[in-house]
Amino acid sequence: MLKLIDKILDSIQALGNASLGRLQALGRAGVFLLSSLMWGGPGSAGFGDLVKQIYSIGVRSLSIIIVAGFFVGMVLGLQGYTILSDFGSEAALGTMVSLTLLRELGPVVTALLFAGRAGSALTAEIGLMKATEQISAMEMMGVDPLKRIITPRLWAGFISMPILALLFSLVGIWGGAYVGINMLGVDEGAYWGNMQASVEFYDDIIKGLIKSLVFGLVVTWIAVYQGFDSIPTSEGISKATTQTVVVASLAVLGLDFVLTAIMLGSI
Amino acid sequence: MSSEEAFVSIRGMSFSRGNRLIFNNIDLDIPRGKVTAIMGPSGTGKTTLLRLIGGQILPDVGTIEVDGHNVPTLKRTQLFELRKKSMGMLFQSGALFTDLSVFDNVAFPIRLHSDLPESMVRDLVLMKLEAVGLRGARDLMPAELSGGMARRVALARSVALDPEMILYDEPFTGLDPISLGITVKLIKSLNDALSLTSVLVTHDVEEACTIADYVCLLSEGGVIGFDTPENLIENGSEQVRQFMQGKPDGPVPFHFPANDFSEDLLKGVK
Amino acid sequence: MRTRLMELAVGAFIVMGIIGLIVMALRVSGLSATDAGDKYTIKAYFENLGGLTERAKVSMSGVTIGRVSKVYLDTEDYVAVVEMEINKSMSTLTLDTSAAILTAGLLGEKYIGLTVGAEDEYLADGDVIEDTQSALVLEELIGQFLFSKAEE
Repeated sequence: MLKLIDKILDSIQALGNASLGRLQALGRAGVFLLSSLMWGGPGSAGFGDLVKQIYSIGVRSLSIIIVAGFFVGMVLGLQGYTILSDFGSEAALGTMVSLTLLRELGPVVTALLFAGRAGSALTAEIGLMKATEQISAMEMMGVDPLKRIITPRLWAGFISMPILALLFSLVGIWGGAYVGINMLGVDEGAYWGNMQASVEFYDDIIKGLIKSLVFGLVVTWIAVYQGFDSIPTSEGISKATTQTVVVASLAVLGLDFVLTAIMLGSI
Repeated sequence: MSSEEAFVSIRGMSFSRGNRLIFNNIDLDIPRGKVTAIMGPSGTGKTTLLRLIGGQILPDVGTIEVDGHNVPTLKRTQLFELRKKSMGMLFQSGALFTDLSVFDNVAFPIRLHSDLPESMVRDLVLMKLEAVGLRGARDLMPAELSGGMARRVALARSVALDPEMILYDEPFTGLDPISLGITVKLIKSLNDALSLTSVLVTHDVEEACTIADYVCLLSEGGVIGFDTPENLIENGSEQVRQFMQGKPDGPVPFHFPANDFSEDLLKGVK
Repeated sequence: MRTRLMELAVGAFIVMGIIGLIVMALRVSGLSATDAGDKYTIKAYFENLGGLTERAKVSMSGVTIGRVSKVYLDTEDYVAVVEMEINKSMSTLTLDTSAAILTAGLLGEKYIGLTVGAEDEYLADGDVIEDTQSALVLEELIGQFLFSKAEE
């Protein structure tokens, strides 16, 4: 009996210990974000660095985003058509495809792909910098690695994500149009006309972009933090990279719900 | 202890990692303008000592004064200022920035810490690279360099800002004999030419003895010897001589502390 | 050269983003240049809105000329007040213009349809449309129908 109580107490303690650890990590990550952003605007670490990071984070994610966007749009066109034609309202296909993409799939899928493509690369890059003592070397030169390494990457993610999400949705809408109009015979005027009648510039497009701004910041934040906090061994870096993708994806999905709730509530 | 002016002076410093006490209340003076080698068996915290001096980690108690500034109590910006002005560090791996060319690696600290025009940066960088004999390699990327070359580039980078002291972390490890000779020569010549204070952490008794003015021997959390290499080899305690002459067993035990071996074997039977 | 290419690529990326946003605004949300221009507000009172919401279309002969900007209840007379923003380009709405709440299709969204009258003077900012026709509420229609049948 006593043993059982002991065991229960042990597991409660383990739980408490684990939550304290989590909480501590969260606090460290928060301080980390604040101190990197405190270094100021996007150009504070040199404009060249920012351009370089936008290139490796944003431009190099472009191909995967565009291909994925086109396919997602085509699938939406196909599925939407089958569902809508049951109600005889194929004309609403454009509305359905565009609203789905602009409000949800664009920002969310882009953020998930971004976490896999750019986030993991960021973590691995920074983890390796740590393992090869580049970060220590920078500190010993009297250069703050937060300012030189982290800040430009954070800003690059913040800037790239909305652009990527926008292009994803755009390509997706054209993908839906391609399937709907050219393959399934939805009236072209109805597709675009109904879309234009129901899509609101502020409510749908801008709010979608706000979502992806938040996702951009959060995903890059998680990625650079995981890299910076990783144990500088091959095992530690591989673990940190996995963590980045898992944590960032979950964070995006969770935040998406919160943001959607706030945005719908404010209408 | 030497009577010369100390550039680094450590007083009553203790440091522990986890439950393991790495330094136990040590005092140490590193004289200005000399080459001091820090030696000792693996795991005695030689590299840790360098990091403590560089302010990358903080001691539990005690003071570490570098050029009159107590490193553990400095604010972040003051620490960066001190590092910029008076410290350079050469890492074991070289720690070159892999995304920058050799030239840009050496130029990096100069560009960041000064407003010099680009033509002057170029001249400075070429001077430093010439000093390590790698002016011709300026357009290579770090991945294209051999280990010895990478370390020389890193050396050029650590002296880019003309520091007063350079900390070398295991500068001789993993080099072929030629590169080793070059590195030894470079450390000595840089030290004399720029009147630097050099602190080097190494296992290599022979090389250390050829260039070091002083040797500091660490073992089991304390300083067990600090003198010129000749004095240590001839007059040091038994423990010191064991290390300097490389005997496998002696006062520094061959075995990691453990319980009785036969007892340990018998336990498995039960 | 490497950095130049990189900078070009990043520049192109940002430009793509901006062009994407413009295309999105014009082609997808149907935001037109005149739409963003000056507007003026007119009011109308309705007995029953029947599901008309803010941001609903205001159209004339099927062409959108504005949006509903605000919907609220007048607590003195207990009638619904609808404020709508009309594009400045449509400044020639006569004083006796009538407004009706219509439905797009059988189950579609509600919108306001305006029909001009014959007066010489035009509605200005803040004016009220007198002649309004409330939304058709299906339950009321059915109720009326049954009532009239019963009377027969």
